[in-house]
Order: sequence, then structure tokens, then C-alpha cells
Amino acid sequence: MDIASSKFKSNARAALLNENLQGALKKSRGGFVDKRQQAVDELPQFEELRDRAVAIKNHVLTNLDQYLEQFEAQVAAVGGQVHFASTPEQGVEAVIDICRKAGAKRIAKGKSMIGEEMDLNEALEKEGMEVIETDLGEYIIQLASEKPSHIIAPAIHKTREEITELFHEHHQKYGLTEKVNEVATIVNEARTVLREHFVNADVGITGANFLLAESGASVLVTNEGNGDLTSTLPRVHIVTASIEKVIPSRNDLSVFLRLLARSATGQEISSYTSIYSGPAQADDMDGPEEYHVVLLDNGRTSMLQGEFWEMLRCIRCGACMNHCPVYQSIGGHAYGWVYPGPMGSVWTPLLVGLQNAANLPNACTLNGRCESVCPMRIPLPKLLRKLRKQIFERGLVDRISRTGLALWGLIARHPPLFRMFIGTGAWWFHRLGRRRGSIQQLPFASGWTEARDFPAASGKGFVSSWHSSRKSD
Amino acid sequence: MKHSSKRSTVALFATCLVDLIRPQVGFAAAKLIEDAGFALDVPRTQTCCGQPLYNSGDFNGTRKIARKLIDTFVDYDYVVAPSGSCAAMIKLHIPDLFANDDVEVHRKALEIADRTYELTEFLFNIAKVNIHANYQDSCTYHDSCSGFRELGIYRTPRALLDMVDGLTLTECQESTACCGFGGTFCVKYPQISAQIAAEKTQYIKATNANTLLGGDLGCLMNIAGMLSRQGSSIRVLHIAEVLAGYGNNPAIGEPQI
Repeated sequence: MDIASSKFKSNARAALLNENLQGALKKSRGGFVDKRQQAVDELPQFEELRDRAVAIKNHVLTNLDQYLEQFEAQVAAVGGQVHFASTPEQGVEAVIDICRKAGAKRIAKGKSMIGEEMDLNEALEKEGMEVIETDLGEYIIQLASEKPSHIIAPAIHKTREEITELFHEHHQKYGLTEKVNEVATIVNEARTVLREHFVNADVGITGANFLLAESGASVLVTNEGNGDLTSTLPRVHIVTASIEKVIPSRNDLSVFLRLLARSATGQEISSYTSIYSGPAQADDMDGPEEYHVVLLDNGRTSMLQGEFWEMLRCIRCGACMNHCPVYQSIGGHAYGWVYPGPMGSVWTPLLVGLQNAANLPNACTLNGRCESVCPMRIPLPKLLRKLRKQIFERGLVDRISRTGLALWGLIARHPPLFRMFIGTGAWWFHRLGRRRGSIQQLPFASGWTEARDFPAASGKGFVSSWHSSRKSD
Repeated sequence: MKHSSKRSTVALFATCLVDLIRPQVGFAAAKLIEDAGFALDVPRTQTCCGQPLYNSGDFNGTRKIARKLIDTFVDYDYVVAPSGSCAAMIKLHIPDLFANDDVEVHRKALEIADRTYELTEFLFNIAKVNIHANYQDSCTYHDSCSGFRELGIYRTPRALLDMVDGLTLTECQESTACCGFGGTFCVKYPQISAQIAAEKTQYIKATNANTLLGGDLGCLMNIAGMLSRQGSSIRVLHIAEVLAGYGNNPAIGEPQI
């Protein structure tokens, strides 16, 4: 996927002015937050589950090579195959290779963020294959030729009116000419169109929320059930996942499932939890003939060795972005790559290069709410600060900011200079706003006063005033 | 330790925003600490806690500022700041900056961290004050992020406000949500910051309270500036001002007569 993260500032400004997007964000905002809180309140062991999940993931990450080998061996044992891919390009190659060998013309695809990392749809279409997204949100943005703006709700930036128009435009060829504008009729129409594709697809591609090392199974949670049709109806099933998705066993899975659904959507459990255990065996009545797991690394192994390894605990619930004031103001597209919000602001620079995404770690108020809701207790603000440190040390900060910081550092290291600065500043901020009590336009901080007033100062610094008042006592 | 008498000595760390923009908050904090029976000093060598540099990734620059701060505050019984974010910087982040290199500075930083308190925390938990103030108005409270999430401050401001005669407190929905200030964030991304602030003011207005109180001047300036631009008459004050009995003086952004 093209990386537009360097254009964060202009993307964000455009997002703030996009009325449809702002309407959609406003509508979805409270829902995730309230539902999660309610679900957490109803489960007294929630904190304990978090601790257990963190311990399991930490253990897996420390022994990742062993668990991946075990997973690979188990997939082979049931008659499937694991394809390790260091880069997105290698991942794409592996998928295309499987599809070619299967003589695939039509591909049904479930939601997969790893698919997004690999730009899989475009690559398959270039090969002349028809790809249909089967997750409703993904299907909507596929029709709109857009990218997901949220990791679990890819079309959250779309209003219902926009979806009505999209369906009207694209579904007439199926003889569906009437406009649908109720949720139920929209879903029904999508179902009608998608069923046809499930039945006719040669290959089904799904993502995976977890991979079980003990059995080689892949686990997928959805609320639509499209994953099951995608994985079981076509002849070939390909799972696209990343290496950190592996967990030891089914017993561990229950810990994660309880956390994931509550953190993501506030559900006790997702509507569908599917465990795909491999190709159909001799006595199975149905199921795919082939089972492939394409495992993408894409920089994760090097992350594991550095100071950002904790990010690999992420289970992609989206709670961090649901609770992020910045994400909630600008939506996901402004972040410019696959992963938005707080988790994306850590992932993106690490995966695509700091120089391509230096804005993201800075575009955060460090309010810490993301960390407080992260089921995996990932210290997101700490990781973002560490990235800021790297950005600063590698000289990726613009000259004006750098000069400003150096100047402030100088003043702050010299108390007499600091007192003088405060004295002058207090006088100046007093002069500018003394009549009204506030300042409507600041010469050097027009960004602030564009939308807000700035309070006038009293005219004298506190520390100096306090000492003079003591002297006169 | 600097003991002027048998009383413990508190160093007031005013914070740069209070020093520059709103000395009233400093005077209010000073009065509250002295009324509680502590000897007070306002060290002249205090400057900045280092957050602007720290949060911009300049850890080395922050270390230099932090060494000065440590020298300034190392000899006091307590360090009190009318700000959750500056207190959190001293309590949590400054010691971290020296964890790997300088043993002696790290030890001092940890000592200071132990003795540093956000104002409401200090007044309620350490000084165990009785508040004798009067503020006849309906109020709501904004819980600033660092104070709430890094230091766990939630109960103390409410318990203190409960002692103020005439004051009624209505809780604000999303009172713990960020206001969009974010220190250097509001300078780097002013439009996003303003949007978050506008969201915050909607919740504040929905309480129908006449006064917004909080414990961090940065957030309060941000929210007050947005309310004032929106033409709202909601008064915005630092909690220290109301607790010290200065609540009826001009609020943030009001003409100072």
C-alpha cells in the first residue's frame, strides 16, 4: 500500500473539514466506548484476564521461533502448508503462486489486515483474478476503491447515505435497481450479491486472529459469519497472518477471546468464533481440499529484538483508536498507511521507516487513555515517546521546532534568564489582552487563536511577585 | 533538609504556565499550604519540569533541565505542584531519565519523586486540610490526563470541593477525556487540538454548570479559550483558586480589574 503518512498534517486538516467523515465519526464515537465499559464492568475478572493474556503473549514472544516451528509442523501434519514471507512482496508471491496452481479465477476474501500490509487485492487483480471482499465493511470500501479506516470497522468513516449510493451504483448490474437505505435492506442486498460469489469462488482467503501452535489451526472471529463461507466453500483456503499471532493452545485461546470481544465491541463473545483445523479429511463431509497459511514477518523479527517488542502483544481489538481523541477527530485515513490510531502510530514508523511517518508518533496528546484500555497493557505512550526520541535524534524534526526547543532548553537551564523570560512574557501577554481579558489573535501562535482565545496574563510572573510580596510584608 | 522551624518545609513548584499566565493560582496554592501549617518556600531557581523537551523526544536536553530541577528541590521535605502533569513528570519520568547512567542523580531524583505531590493530593492526603471557603455556584470538574492516569488523582479534588460552602458539583460526562491541550501538541497540531477542545466543551455545557474547575492550567486555558470563543459564559478556574477563597476574582480569560 502506498505510504501517505508523511502527508499526515494536510490529510488531517482535510479530514477535519470533511463533513461526511465528521458525521460518521460522531455517530460511532460513544458506542464503542460505552459498550466496552459496560462489558468490562460486568466481568470482575477482567483485570486478571489481562494479566494472564500479557503473560501468555510475553512467553510466546520470548519463544516465538519454537512456537512457529511447532505450528508449521502441525499444519504439515494435517496436510496443509505454511509459507513464511519476510516481506510483503514474498507474501504476495506465495499467495499468487497458490492461486495460479489452483487455476483460480474468482477469489472470495475475508477481512485481513495482513492482506492490507501486502496490498493483496491489487496484486491478485493484476494477475487477472477477480477478488471480492466478503466482510460487509470491506466490501463497501472495495466498492468505493478505498482503504480501511479502522482495523475492526473498516468502513466506519462511511455514512449510510454514502453506502446507499455506492450500492445503487454497483449493484444495478445484478438487476438490483432499487435504492436501499435501511440497515436491514442494505445488509440483505449485500448478502444477496455476496452469496453468489461464495459459491463460485475457487479460492477463499481469510485473516486470522490467532494461530494455535498445538494443532496448526487458525482462529477467526467475525460478527457476520462471512469467514466461514469464505474458508469452507472454495476448494482452496489460504490464511494470511503475521508471525506474532501464534499462541500455544486452545486453553490460552479462551483468555484472549474473552478479552478481544469485550475490548473491541463490548460483546461478551463475537458472533462467530471459527477454528479452521486444516484441509478436509477423508471422513469430513465438506471443507477445503487445500489449506495454506502465509505467515508474514515484515519487520516483526527485528521489532522483537528492540525496545518496541511489547507492541507485538497487540491483538488488533481497536480499543486504542476507539478511545483516542486524535483518531476520533480525524478518522483512520489521515494516518496514511494500514494501521491508524495509537497502535498504528507505533507500528507504521517501525514497519515503513521513521522518515516516512515521523508525524505519527508526534500526533498524540499523550493522554494515556489508549494504554488504560489496551487489553494487552501495551505502554503506547511510552513507546510513542521512544519513537519521538529516535525522530529527534535522527534529525527528523523541522528546524523551527528544533530551534524553539533548544531555546527553551537554554532558558530553562538558566534561572535568571528564565525569570527574565517570564517577566517579559507576562508583561506582553498582559498588554495584548488586558482590555478584554483574553487575546483573540496571537502573532506567533495563530494556530491557537484561529479557534480559541488565549487568556491575558496578570502582568508579572508568580515567582518574582511572591518574593516581592514577602519583602513588603 | 531546610527546616526553618519544627514545621516541614514545602517547596512550591509553580509550573511555568502559572508563573507566566496566572500567578493567582500560585498565590492560592501558597495560601492553602501555609494555612495547613507548613513552612513554604518558592525557590527562585525553579524553572520548567522539562516536559516540552521530553515530549518532543529531546531526552538529553530534558536531562540537563532535570539536573537543575533536582538541585533546586532536593533539600525540601515536600515539593508541591498545582499541576498533575508537572508532578507526574517529576514523580515518574525524571527518575526514568537517569535510570541507566547516573547513579547519584538517579537516587536524588527518586527521593524527590517520593516527596513530590500534586496540590490536591498533598492537601487532602498529606496536609489533611479543612477547607474554609465559600463559592456559591454550580461547578463541574475536568480530570486532566496525567493527573488522572499517571497519578490516579480523582477522589482528592472532589473531596476538597465537598468542603467548600455553597458549591455544588455536577459530574461531567467524559470528565477524564483529553481536552486536546497536550502541551506541545496544541502548537504542532492546532486544528486537531481545537476539534478535541470543542468536543470537550460540549460535554461541559451539557452539565449546565456555571463554573469549570480543574487542576492543570494548560487544560484550563485551552478549555477556557474555546468556551470564550464560543461565546459561553461558563467561568473557568483552577481548583486552588476556589479552595483558597479566591473563586470570585476574575476567572481565566476575564478582564482583570
